[in-house]
Amino acid sequence: MTATAVDHEIGRDRRRKEDQRLITGRTRWTDNIVLPGMLHLAMVRSPFAHANIASIDTSEAQQAPNVIAVLTGADFGDELGVCINAWPITPDQVTPVHSPMPSDRVSFAGEIVAVVVARSAAEARDAAELVEVEYDELPAALDLKEAAADSVLAHPDLGTNKSALWVFDSGEAGTGGNVEDAIGKARADGIVIEREYRQQRLIPAFMEPRSVVVDPTGEQLVMYSATQIPHILRFALAATTGVPESKIRVIAPDVGGGFGGKLQVTPEEWIAWAVGRRVGKPVKYTETRSESLMSGHHGRDQWQKLTLAAEKDGTVTGLKVELLADLGAYVAIVGGGVPVLGAFMFNAIYKFPAYHFACQTVLTNKTWTDAYRGAGRPEATYAIERLMDELAAEVGVDPLEVREKNWIKHEEFPFTTVAGLEYDSGNYEAATAKARQMFGYDELRAEQMARRASGDPVQLGIGVSTFTEMCGLAPSRVLGQLDYGAGGWEYASVRMLATGKVEVTTGASAHGQGHETAFSQIVADRLGVAFEDVEVLHGDTAVAHKGLDTYGSRSLAVGGEALVRAADKVVEKAKPIAAHLLEASVEDIDFAGGRFSVRGTDQGMAIGEIATAVFAAHNLPDGVEPSLDSDATYDPVNFSFPHGTHLCAIEVDTETGALKMRKYVCVDDVGNIINPLIVSGQVHGGLVQGIAQALWEEAVYDDSGTLVSGSFVDYLLPTAADTISFDIDHTTSPATTHSLGVKGVGEAGTIASTPAVVNAVVDALRQYGVHDIQMPCTPERVWRAIQGGGAGGSTEGAAMPHFDPSEPGQDSTEGAGA
Amino acid sequence: MTRISLTVDGATVADDVEPRMLLVQYLRERLGKTGTVIGCDTSNCGACTVHLDGQSVKSCNVLAVQADGATVTTIEGLAQNGTLHPVQEAFRECHGLQCGFCTPGMIMQSVDLLNNNPSPSEEEIRLGLEGNLCRCTGYHNIVRAVQHAAAQGSSTAGATS
Ligand code: FES
Ligand code: FES
Repeated sequence: MTATAVDHEIGRDRRRKEDQRLITGRTRWTDNIVLPGMLHLAMVRSPFAHANIASIDTSEAQQAPNVIAVLTGADFGDELGVCINAWPITPDQVTPVHSPMPSDRVSFAGEIVAVVVARSAAEARDAAELVEVEYDELPAALDLKEAAADSVLAHPDLGTNKSALWVFDSGEAGTGGNVEDAIGKARADGIVIEREYRQQRLIPAFMEPRSVVVDPTGEQLVMYSATQIPHILRFALAATTGVPESKIRVIAPDVGGGFGGKLQVTPEEWIAWAVGRRVGKPVKYTETRSESLMSGHHGRDQWQKLTLAAEKDGTVTGLKVELLADLGAYVAIVGGGVPVLGAFMFNAIYKFPAYHFACQTVLTNKTWTDAYRGAGRPEATYAIERLMDELAAEVGVDPLEVREKNWIKHEEFPFTTVAGLEYDSGNYEAATAKARQMFGYDELRAEQMARRASGDPVQLGIGVSTFTEMCGLAPSRVLGQLDYGAGGWEYASVRMLATGKVEVTTGASAHGQGHETAFSQIVADRLGVAFEDVEVLHGDTAVAHKGLDTYGSRSLAVGGEALVRAADKVVEKAKPIAAHLLEASVEDIDFAGGRFSVRGTDQGMAIGEIATAVFAAHNLPDGVEPSLDSDATYDPVNFSFPHGTHLCAIEVDTETGALKMRKYVCVDDVGNIINPLIVSGQVHGGLVQGIAQALWEEAVYDDSGTLVSGSFVDYLLPTAADTISFDIDHTTSPATTHSLGVKGVGEAGTIASTPAVVNAVVDALRQYGVHDIQMPCTPERVWRAIQGGGAGGSTEGAAMPHFDPSEPGQDSTEGAGA
Repeated sequence: MTRISLTVDGATVADDVEPRMLLVQYLRERLGKTGTVIGCDTSNCGACTVHLDGQSVKSCNVLAVQADGATVTTIEGLAQNGTLHPVQEAFRECHGLQCGFCTPGMIMQSVDLLNNNPSPSEEEIRLGLEGNLCRCTGYHNIVRAVQHAAAQGSSTAGATS
């Protein structure tokens, strides 16, 4: 029996299809997978950030109970493959070869030098302790600015740490004026704001540690991996390990979060692949949390040098951005492309007439960096939203006022920005008006003034962030222009089963987003079938054979649109069959609500009935194939541009530096909403990750290049007790470049919230002469800023020298939990 | 090797285990109770939370031998006769999960919290879940789920062990 379709699935707060399994523990995480004869791997990792490998003695480990093999890089040839960089951002990018298991030199603490294969994971780990590695330590390039000066080389053979310099200039590109002219003019008779901000290094810290199982026992070699990108992974395995793509099946089973952290091709996957092929038995490797934090890629890690030019009344005239971006030891799969994604977003929602962006990527002896929720766009949004607050302070107006003076008015869309993007839709006025009202903006400002006037030891700060971002990565042509190694399309297929059920495959690969639910709603509406009758399959290259996977808030905006097109093709294929069965001409057939009907009659058939008739194939028109199944590959014509207004109120205890978030309101415009429940969940989770960057999280290294925050004891993931409930709402300006009108919501909260929080903290303290506090804004940093400011000095010095060991607390998140 | 016998999700089991084996490893590797998961190696994340004789514990912080003679309930034993525990129901209703990796631990901890305090304030919920990390939800909807379950009177409605 098929269930009944309701009028409109899109827009309903459907409870998720995924949840029944997840709340009862009926799950298929990669680490749950057990195969006959399966062996377990443990990795031997370098404790040094930079060292030559003098010798590796595996003899004792080989003798340990139930150890099958102990292998080093030297035991493998080309079949070990390499970890790839898919986005060389300039033709002359300096890119170190990234062996999954180097045999000569290690380049960061945590790099793998040997692998133990044993019958159990515990025995493998025990034996790993017995592998004797002799290292000759080399000086390590650790500090980003020093590394950029090539004082110590991360890879001596390359002769430099500078990997690539990527530049965009609006004057040269013809998208705007010359920024130096704008700055020069502002120095003479306007306002110039010059700041240097630090984007600290973060760790994605998905809750499911990465795990990989390789099964080499069939004709096709199978890799199960806790990955966001099964299709890209399959391609990279084929491209680098000599196994034909057609002999490789990659499965991403249940995947426990990613946030960009599982958008990678990892040494662990490559080693498991090589070992599985070598021993001919299934092998499994699951990392510990410490290994995950140390060797899974990190995110952010930039110095941002910023110059904003404006007229005296606050009208912006130019923006110059100079970035140093820490790649870590290798150029990861997206690698230097992450800051380049931010290049288009520093101008944000504002009408800058001139813009210059330059990013120098730099190699260091630290864990490699890559995408982390927002990938380049949070960094850009932080910079511009902090600067707009500084500009407001300089002009002496409310931060919202200076924004409104400069933002694109709703009647000005579509709008071509100084960075060369065309924003299709948006309404910053509407989102801001709604957020203001929900927040009680004027009342809170009044309270702030009262507390200031009375000298209350607890001061109130109000932070604003009117962000935008680019989602729906990405038009393939644009990616080509940017030298990215692949396209940005997505694939979907719709299969009509004999029983009237609908099977959908998508090249997107969910890991918590709820695709099974949202995509079912889209197909149910499009085909007029019941939500329950749609099954969404994904994450297996043998099932969804094509795809470009899930990241960059692309699944719905790109994958969803592919689904719409595939479903429409099903309808088109069914029409002549319906006409034939209803003995009418095709021109007279209408399709609505899941039913093909003959115009002007009460004759009709449901799409499920047609599917059954096609399955039987007894009575089809001549020359028509017995199949309704259809697929579509959709390449977006443009990015989508969600935006929103976020407002945050923070109480600052000026005596202790302790912070208390009192209220957080956001009104996001993410276009049309398929499932409001899922959208709100994405916003909440995103907010906390962005707030965590502002207040708590930082990957901290010591002087010898060891990750100090290498466990959940030291890396401060917020808990339920650290966070508050949020007030969220939406405005809707549909995207205009595809039929669904959706824009993407996966990263919005993270991108918007970080500057809102820091703006709130600085807003509370500006009266003490404070105009910056370095993230994470620990109570100690806040307290020091107040003290410094109180003495009349600027806090710039206190906040900036992040790696100055004479500044206690500057290089540690210790005690940062609020 | 040490012989242990215990009740897990209603079934009596007995095995020889290494003294160093953790309860969570025993559940996952010996009993195939893979609904209970491991998220860290420092007892911080709570993903492994189960009930040991009716009290929530982090099963990565208990040796299998310590569970000898005990009754253990995991996420897989929480629903009774095909009926979800009200807290499970509430997590679905309130969208208290996304990737679902923290969920078994969150649900087990929430059940324990409500057993001890059937109508907690928001602050009590947040403090009660402090030992369980979630990277997806921002906790907002987890808190709502616990409030929702409390409003349904979950502690009386659902058996825990
Ligand atoms: S696995 Fe037990 S607390 Fe993290
Ligand atoms: S739902 Fe993913 S960690 Fe909580």
